[in-house]
Amino acid sequence: MPTIVVEVMPKAELLDPQGKAVAGALARLGESRFTGVRIGKRFELVTDGPVDDALLSDVQKLAEEMLSNSVIEDVISVHVAGPDESPIDAGEPGMGSLIGEAEASTQTGTL
Amino acid sequence: MRIGVITFPGSLDDRDAQRAVRLAGGEPVALWHGDHDLAGVDALVLPGGFSYGDYLRAGAIASLSPIMTEVVAAANSGMPVLGICNGFQMLTEAHLLPGGLIRNEVGTFVCKDQALRVENTSTAWTNGFEQGQEITIPLKNGEGGYIADEETLARLEGEGLVAFRYLGKNPNGSLRDIAGITNARGNVVGLMPHPEHATEPGFGPDTPKAMRSGVDGLTMFTSALQGVLAG
Repeated sequence: MPTIVVEVMPKAELLDPQGKAVAGALARLGESRFTGVRIGKRFELVTDGPVDDALLSDVQKLAEEMLSNSVIEDVISVHVAGPDESPIDAGEPGMGSLIGEAEASTQTGTL
Repeated sequence: MRIGVITFPGSLDDRDAQRAVRLAGGEPVALWHGDHDLAGVDALVLPGGFSYGDYLRAGAIASLSPIMTEVVAAANSGMPVLGICNGFQMLTEAHLLPGGLIRNEVGTFVCKDQALRVENTSTAWTNGFEQGQEITIPLKNGEGGYIADEETLARLEGEGLVAFRYLGKNPNGSLRDIAGITNARGNVVGLMPHPEHATEPGFGPDTPKAMRSGVDGLTMFTSALQGVLAG
């Protein structure tokens, strides 16, 4: 099944209490290599239809209007999951990415 | 005068809000999120709780409920609408009020009796208070940090749309100590603290006079009833 990944992060200028709590826990473990932690969300939208520009455009709109709240969050990425990226895709290599493996594998693609 | 209280999946304080309406002298009307029907009520309360378990974002899924179509239309036509806690979060998600609510800066759930200052007494829900009146009602939430961009904050301050401000130590990191806001028309008000839990002697916050005797929240409901009668 093709999977479209949407990634949402709290706005950079806002305090992220969840990330702050995890950063504190890392520090208590003795980890001093990390200066900060921020926690966001990853949505995996599974479809059994074709993944085309129209669908991706609709997902982008839904990501901005419903999956995120622009007052407090930013949509970081909307991309088609690569073969290695989604558990739902496991065992179905090649059900793939319209955007390209390189972008999907770095998970930084933005539409 | 009939005030509707909408129950969403995960609402907790809907019956408390109904009771507050009754104590204020109104008739509470139970409404259901899945209906497209406001039953001809004169005003609306979106109660506190954890609709849809706060999944996605607090209030986000509830703000897309069927009945919200009617709520938005009623709010835009001037009907008094009050959002308490999760209801306030829904009103921001529905874009009836600006800004948003994020996790408390302290990182924990906060539950305490909270002192507030009433900053705007010209709204449908605050006209019974005196300007600058200090009141105490319960505050209980995990995601009560009010935020908005600088432009929005400047507009809220400039137009007097801050309805309530926290007194003393800011409990949750809300910008400008904002506890509640109103729309420009004054019919839609949202706040994080809970006026419905301070409406009956014996069940409210402590006061210097007696334990649990605080009923400062009742004025919000009598304000709406007065306004409806006058209107």
